[in-house]
Formats: sequence, C-alpha cells, structure tokens
Amino acid sequence: MILRWLALRETILFGAILVLLGVIYTRFPAFVAPNNLIRVFNDTSPLILLAIGQMIVILTRCIDLSVAANLALTGMVVAMLNVAMPELPIAVILLVAVCLGAMLGMVNGILVWQLQIPPIVVTLGTMTIFRGLIFVISDGRWVNSHQMSAAFKAFPRSTILGLPMLSWFAILAVILFIVVMNRTTLGRAFYAVGGNPHAATYTGLNVGRTQFWAFTISGALAGLTGYLWVSRFGVAYVDIAGGFELDVVAACVIGGVAIVGGVGTVTGALLGALFLGVIKNALPVVNISPFWQMAISGAAIIIAVGFNARSGRDKGRIILKRAEAVAPT
Amino acid sequence: MKRRIFTTFAASLGLAAGLMGSTAMADDPVRIALVVKALGIGFFEAANEGAQEAAAELGNVEVIYTGPTDTTAEGQIEVINSLIAQRVDAIAVSANDTDALVPALRRAMDRGITVISWDSGVAPEGRQMHLNPSSNELIGGMIIRLAADHMPDGGKVALLSATTTSTNQNIWIEEMMKVMDQYPDIEVVSTVYGDDLADKSYREATGLMQTHPDLDAIIAPTSVGIVAAARAVEDAGKVGQVNVTGLGLPSEMAGAIESGASKSFAIWNPIDLGYSAAYLAYSLATGTAEAGPGAEIPMGRMGTLTLDENSEGAMADPFIYDASNIEEFKDIF
Repeated sequence: MILRWLALRETILFGAILVLLGVIYTRFPAFVAPNNLIRVFNDTSPLILLAIGQMIVILTRCIDLSVAANLALTGMVVAMLNVAMPELPIAVILLVAVCLGAMLGMVNGILVWQLQIPPIVVTLGTMTIFRGLIFVISDGRWVNSHQMSAAFKAFPRSTILGLPMLSWFAILAVILFIVVMNRTTLGRAFYAVGGNPHAATYTGLNVGRTQFWAFTISGALAGLTGYLWVSRFGVAYVDIAGGFELDVVAACVIGGVAIVGGVGTVTGALLGALFLGVIKNALPVVNISPFWQMAISGAAIIIAVGFNARSGRDKGRIILKRAEAVAPT
Repeated sequence: MKRRIFTTFAASLGLAAGLMGSTAMADDPVRIALVVKALGIGFFEAANEGAQEAAAELGNVEVIYTGPTDTTAEGQIEVINSLIAQRVDAIAVSANDTDALVPALRRAMDRGITVISWDSGVAPEGRQMHLNPSSNELIGGMIIRLAADHMPDGGKVALLSATTTSTNQNIWIEEMMKVMDQYPDIEVVSTVYGDDLADKSYREATGLMQTHPDLDAIIAPTSVGIVAAARAVEDAGKVGQVNVTGLGLPSEMAGAIESGASKSFAIWNPIDLGYSAAYLAYSLATGTAEAGPGAEIPMGRMGTLTLDENSEGAMADPFIYDASNIEEFKDIF
C-alpha cells in the first residue's frame, strides 16, 4: 500500500519533468534533442550524487549542510595532490577523495552521535570550518587547469557507451543505493530510525550510530563529487559550489523526501535532482530575464514541495476516515 | 609592543647609518620605497621588476622594495614608520586599507616625503596622487576590442557577466556599449549572468552557444566567468568557432590559451604598473612635476598621466595576454 503510494508520487514527479520538457520544447526545440538531454543529465550528475547522500541523512531526521563545503575541501585537496604528484593514478585520487569525504562526514556523524548536538548546528559549523580549511591549505590561491595533469582533467569527460564518466558515476550510485536502501539491514535501519526513533531503539537499533553512517555516506559521496567537480571545471578555489547545499536539500524535498525523516527513496532524490537540473539548464536557453530566473527556480521548488505536502496530507486523512467509517459499525 | 618599537627603531637606525655610508659614495640617489600589500606575492614581485626597470632608466634612483609579511594595514604602518625614519624621498604604496594608513602617510608627507598610492588606493588626504591601473572607459573599450580583433568580418558576441548587481561589471559593460558604434559589424546578442559561480557560468555559456549557434565570441569581464566559459567552449567542441575573451588572470587562463578556447584576454600588467609608480614618484620627489587636479605627470615609456579632480589617474589600457606572452606571466599572477 505505502509502496504503491510512493511509486505514484514518483510517477507524478516524472510526469512533471516530462511536462516541463514539453514546455521548454515549445520555446527552444533543440533542448530535448537526445544529445542535449545527455548533456543535461551529465550536468546534473553532481547534484544527483549529493542528493542521494542528503536523502539518507534526511531520512534519519538529520540534515547535512556541509556537503558543498566538503565537496570544495576534498576537491582542493585532490587538486593540490595532483599538482604535487602528477603521476598519481586516477584510481588513487578517487580513493583519496572518497575516503577524505567520508572522514569529513564522520566528523559530522560523531558530533551528532556522541555529543548529541543538533545536526543543523553541527553541519552549519563544519560547513564554515571546511571552507576555512580550504583557505588555510591553499592560502586563498586557485589551483588552475594548466597546473592539473591531463589525465586528472580528462577522467570525468572520458565516455563509455556514449555517456561521460561523470554520468556513469551518478547511474552507478543510484543503482548501488537502491540496493542498499531496500536490501540491506543498514538501509532499512535508516528508514526505521527516521520513521520512529523510539521504536527503533526498542528493536535494538542504535539511533546515533545509524545517523553516523548516514553522515559518512553523505560525506563519501560529497568527496567523490569533489574530485569530479574540480576536474570537470578545471579549477579549485575556496568558493567552488558555494550555496550548492541548498540545491541539494531542494532536490531532496522536491523528490518527496520528508524533511521530518523516515520517508524518501533514491528514485525520488534522483527525480528531484533531475527536475532542478532541467530547470537550471533550460533557463539560460529559453530567454527569460536573469532577474526572473531565481524567482522561477524558487517558485518551482515551492510548487513541487506544496504538491508533495498536499498529497501526503490527503493520504493521512483517508486512512483516518476509513478507520472512522469502520469504527461505528 | 615597547620592544617592537625599539627593534624597529634600532633597525632603522642601522639602516639609516648604512644608507648614509652609501650616500657619501654616490651622488645622493633618489630613494623610492615601493610598499606592497605583502611580500612574496607574484603580482607585486613583478611590479618591483618594473620599478627596478624605471630606476635603471632614470639613473641615480634606488628602489626599496618592501612590505609586511601578511596583508594587514598594521604591518604596512610599521613599514611606513620605519621608512620615515630612514628618510626616504618617496613612498609608493599599494594599500591594504584605504583609511588606516592615512595618519602614518600624513606624517611622512609632513616630513617632506612624496607619497603616492598605486593599484589599491589610499584616501585622498593620505597621499598626493593615486595611480589606477586602468579606468572604466579603457576597460570597456578594451573588452570589445579584444573580441573585435579576432572577428575581421564582424559577427555576434555575447556577454557573460558576474551578478546582475556587480557594480564593476555593470559599469564596464555600460562603457563598452558606448563605443559599440565603432564596431558596426558586431552585434551584441545577449547578456547573461553567471553569478561568479563556476557551474552557473558554465551553464550560461553553454546556453549562449545553444541559443546562438553562430556565436563568434563570449566576452566575460570576470575572472570566474571567463575560465568557466572557456571550459564550456572546450566541452562543446567549439574551440576555434567561439572565442572566449574578457578580463582574467594569466595563471587562471593559461589552460584556455593553450587549448585555443581563448585567443587573448586582458588584465593590468604589473610590470608596467610598478614602472609607472616608480616613475611618478621620481617626478614628484625631484620636483619636476606637481601633483594636483588636472596635472600631467610623465611616466617614461607609459606616456603621461593626467590626474582628475581627486588627483587620480589611469595608467593605460589593460594589457593583452595571448599565446605569445602567457608562458612568461602565468607563474607571476
């Protein structure tokens, strides 16, 4: 029953994306050409990767505002590593990025788990700390594309089966986490902890530790995205991906992830990210005044969220009505 | 605190003694102190190179290159105080703070030391004149010329700016529009805003190439935007068709010049800037020129500087960087 309802919500969102593409088609037909759609998907891949991590964190009734700063810090570290050791193979760079990102996520996790500081405060703090650390290690200087090795820059653009590596990472992450969330104990624990922490405790789940793992996964994904981001744009500096954490949270919320925890799917996060990605990529080509662009992005988010909230409420009422209808007889 | 003053004092005494010794040998050289925001910054090292060039040209000039170890106004005040004690003839400063240096610099002027600011200015009461690297008019004219130079048959250009509210970029674009009648074959098709974010600038540049498939150039008068636009052109496979130009730093743009996405771009030349500052300080210190509104002061190979009502002047057009000189400058700044 619940599964069918979730599936329905995602179908609606998928429909909304199609309608959006249809509207864009009337103004700029070339946007829906397969090649361009691949490009849009590729451009949205970093958002998809981060949205998956954020979704898991939000599921456990937490929030991770430090993802963009984590991305920037990891990106700067791997960029500087590449400058210092140009011969280092990409596999090692990837490993360093994922591990460092995971470690930064663990810092959030430990503070939330062991010291029980509210997650929004913890990640707001670490967000600033991470950005500050970038400044400290880089002295405020940029790492520029001519300093990076060719292999370092080429990796996310190299194509397999017509899709850039960056897109493959997003696809693999989606598949991996669909399996993790539905088929592993840890995945189910995220839902249980967020849905009802007290009940989860009684069933023997450690709420804090589950949240810790959620932050770790979010951090690892942010770290991975850090390398992909820096190599894609060919530049690393203090402010990269500034404000991106808000896009990530927005993608989750649009994707039907309940901000109070316990509800959300990987597919939802994926679709939410794609919805935002389509809007972001379409706005520059549909010839709308830049002064309106931000207002339109914001309106789209509120409409999507309002829609989600409404559908959620309706469902709850119907259940009660049925119970009511059954009770008097 | 007390100890620091003492050390500074002792150091200046020592320096003064040393310099007195040297002045006895030479014919009283004009000593110009080039005070920078902080030591060890490539941009200022290059400015020093220019100042030394001016000194060699003028003869009988000694340029003292100095500054604090970090970019603080306090550090600069200390440096200035020690320069006053050394009784230099002129101080040319790129200030870390517009107002904080004023008292120290006033004291210097009271002692008969010529004080000018360059690059980053000091409030008018703290200096005799200020040398700007360029002016809004010159920058506005330059960014369109950069694009036009590589479009002999005319064509379409688009602007990629920072945010809709960035004062500098808006003024430069306005100044550029004023001179567009000199380029009748060039059409400005669109102005988009990348908000100085790499990802948004990249998407906006990609969008420009999609909506205007026959676009010839993207002008980005912002350092984040120009790098992102060059990247977008490379990824779209439009190197050679779309030329990215505007204002950027050589170190950041070296990759784009190498790939051909950008044929040329502009920014001030620190060598010329240091050269001009030293030249101006020399002219004022020796009394061959007087600073004041409307004054015209020679600066050697860079021509003559005309001061406006605030005793400020613009050195020159931004300097053009391309494949021929990028190697030399990419490690400087």
